[in-house]
Amino acid sequence: MDFTLSDEQKMFAETARSLLVDRCTPEDWRQLLASGAARDAARWAAIVENGLTLLLLPEAAGGLGLGELDFALIAEQAGYVALPEPLVESAGIAAPMLAARAPDAAVLADAGATIAIQHPANPLVADADSAAAVLLHHEGEAWLAPAAGVQLTRVASIDPFRRLFRVEWQREAAERLGPADWDLALERGALFAAAQGLGLAQRCVDMAVAYAQERQQFGKPIGSYQAVKHHLASAQVAIAFARPVVHAAAAGLAARDIHARARVSHARIVALEAADQAARAALQVHGAMGYSWEVDVHLFLKRALALNGAWGTPRFHRDRIAARLFTRPNGPDQTFARESETSHA
Amino acid sequence: MRLAYTPQQQAFRAEVRSWLAAHVPATPLDHFDASRAGFEAHRQWEKTLKSGDWGMVTWPREYGGRGLNLIEWLIFEEEYYRAGAPGRVNQNGIFLLGPTLMEFGTAAQKQRFLPAMASGEEIWAQAWSEPQAGSDLAGVRATCRRDGEDYVLNGHKIWSSRAVFADWAFGLFRTPGSERHKGMSLIFFPLNAPGVTVNPIAKINGHVGFAEIFLEEVRVPAFNRLGEEGQGWHICMATAGFERGLMLRSPARYQVAAAALADLWLARRHIADPLLEADVVRAHMNAEAYALSIYATASALMAGAKIGPEASTNKIFWSELDIHLHRTALAILGAEAELLPPPGTHDWLDDYIFALAGPIYAGSNEIQRNIIAERMLGLPR
Repeated sequence: MDFTLSDEQKMFAETARSLLVDRCTPEDWRQLLASGAARDAARWAAIVENGLTLLLLPEAAGGLGLGELDFALIAEQAGYVALPEPLVESAGIAAPMLAARAPDAAVLADAGATIAIQHPANPLVADADSAAAVLLHHEGEAWLAPAAGVQLTRVASIDPFRRLFRVEWQREAAERLGPADWDLALERGALFAAAQGLGLAQRCVDMAVAYAQERQQFGKPIGSYQAVKHHLASAQVAIAFARPVVHAAAAGLAARDIHARARVSHARIVALEAADQAARAALQVHGAMGYSWEVDVHLFLKRALALNGAWGTPRFHRDRIAARLFTRPNGPDQTFARESETSHA
Repeated sequence: MRLAYTPQQQAFRAEVRSWLAAHVPATPLDHFDASRAGFEAHRQWEKTLKSGDWGMVTWPREYGGRGLNLIEWLIFEEEYYRAGAPGRVNQNGIFLLGPTLMEFGTAAQKQRFLPAMASGEEIWAQAWSEPQAGSDLAGVRATCRRDGEDYVLNGHKIWSSRAVFADWAFGLFRTPGSERHKGMSLIFFPLNAPGVTVNPIAKINGHVGFAEIFLEEVRVPAFNRLGEEGQGWHICMATAGFERGLMLRSPARYQVAAAALADLWLARRHIADPLLEADVVRAHMNAEAYALSIYATASALMAGAKIGPEASTNKIFWSELDIHLHRTALAILGAEAELLPPPGTHDWLDDYIFALAGPIYAGSNEIQRNIIAERMLGLPR
C-alpha cells in the first residue's frame, strides 16, 4: 500500500504547471478571445514539444505509454489555467481510444494534430472545428472522419473557450473502425473532468487569497476578517477531500478495476463541486470586481459550470456510486477492494 | 502509487480479525462515561487488548506496542470498528498524549507512563480548557509554582473528558507572572492527589463525560513536566496536531457507520422519503473520501513528510460528515427518530447527539478554519 506520487509524476506535473502558467496567462486568453482563433498556435506547439500530448498513447503509436494517473496530474494543471486548447479531450480521451483501435492511423503520426470525439454521453462535440479528425459513434461502433468529411454547426456555450458543435456526417465520408471501448472513453472523460475541476478550484482559491491580502476595507485587508477567511477555508477543505479521490480513481482506472467506475464518479462529483464552491467563494470575495468581465474569476466559474454537465451528469454518476454501494460488499475493509471484469461476470 | 495491500498486510488483517472475533465481548459494554461500572468494564477490555499486544500497535515493543507502521494501524482500526469492539476509554492517553510523550518525553518518562497507558492500568483525562480559556487557549490561568524538586499546581480546569473516572490528567499550567503563549508548561497530575477536586458535568445525553477540576496546592514532582518549563504551548500544538491530524478519528469509524446507514436505507426505503437516497450515497462518499485522504496522509508520513496545518481540514471534514450521516439516519427513521432505541440495537439517536459535539471539541471548527486560512492559505491575522 503506497498512496504517494512518484518523483517522476511530480516532476512531469511541475513541468506542465510551469509551462501552462507561463504560457496561459489571463492576458493570453484575452488576446485569443479578441483574435477569434480556435487556439494559440505558439502555446499548443510548446505543449506538443514538451510531450504532454503523448502521455496516454501506447508506445506502439509513438506515445509514452503512461497511465491515467500520470495524465490526470496534467489535466489538473490544464484546469489551473483554464486551458482553451483541447489537450484533455484529444490527448486524454480521443487519441488513446483511436490508438487502441487503429495504432497506425495516419492522424496519430502528427503529435500536434488533435482529434475530436463524438461520445453518446455528450450531446455535442468539443473542438471539432480545429481537429484533424473526428471519432464518431454509430451503433456502438467507432468511425473516423477527416475534419473535411463532417458538417459542423457551432452551438454557443457560456464558456467562451468551449467550442461545441453539432456534427452531421455520412458514412461514405468516414472510415469504419469497428467496435470500440466507449465505456473507457467515458471513464477517462469523467476522470479528467474531475482532475481539471481540482485545478479550477485551487486557482479560484489562490486568486481570492491574493485579492483578499491586498484589498483593504475598514483600514484592514479583507482577508483578515473571519467571514472572508471561512469561505476560502471551506473551499480548501473541499479540495483537500476531492484530490485523494481523484488520484485513487485514476490509479484504479489504470488498473482496469471495475470498482474504479464508482470512484471515478465520486471524483467527478466532488471535484466539480469543489470547483463550483471555490469559484463562487472567489466571486464573493472579489465583490463587485469579481462580477466584472475584466477580472478573471468568471472564466473559471464558467469552465466549472461547463464541465459539470460533461461526461455524464451528476445524477448519472451518483447512480453508479449507488449501484456499487447497494449491490457489492462495502465497509472499511473494502476501500481498496479489487474486482476485474471477468471475476464480476 | 500502489493501492493494494501486500500479502503481509493481508495476513496482518486476518490475524487482527481472528483475534477480535475471539475476544470482543458478545454484549456491548455499558458506556464508559455512563457509570463507574461501564468505565471499569472498558478498562478491563483495555487489559484484554494488552494481553494480545493490541494496546497501541504503532508503539515500540518496549512501551507495550508492536512497532507497526501507520498503514498497519489503519488496518487494525478497520478491523476494530468492523468487529464492533468497545470504544477506547484511554483515547486521551493512547491517541493524544502518547504520541506527544514519544516525541518530547525523556527515556525515564516514557518508561514510567507509556506501558501503563498501553495496558489500561492508567487511564488519562485531558485538562486543557478553563472557564476563561476555551478557543483562546493561551488565556490559561492555572499556575505551576516551582518548589524544590516539585511543582505546586493551582487553578480551575473544565470540560475535561474522562476526568470523572480516570486516574491521571495532563494539562497546561503557567509559571506565575507569565503571559499568554510564553511560560506555559505541560504537566501530569494524578486525579486522586491531595488538593484535587473533580466535579462531574452532565453532557446533553445525561452521561458524565466531562468534569471540572479544581486544583488547590497540588504537589507533583517536576518529573511530571513534559519538555522544558515554558515549552507547553509548543508541545500542546503538537498534541493538537496528532489529534486533528490522524489518530483521534480513524476513518473506519465513519465507514462502518456509512455501511450501517446503507443497510438502514435498504430496509426502509419503501417507506422513507426517496430524496434521502442521495444523502445515503453522499454519506458513503464522505466516509470513503476521508479514508482515502488518511491513507494518503499516512503514506506521506511514512515517506518522511510532516503533518502541518492541513491537519485542520481533517477535523472539519470528519465532524461535518458525522453530523450529516446521522441526520440522514434520523430522517430515514422519520417519526420514530425521537424514540430511545431498545438496548442492543443501533443507537442512531445517541450517535447523532455525540456527533453534534464534533465541531466543538478538539479545537472548534471556527478555529480550524482560521488555522487553514492563516497558516495554509496565508491570509493575514
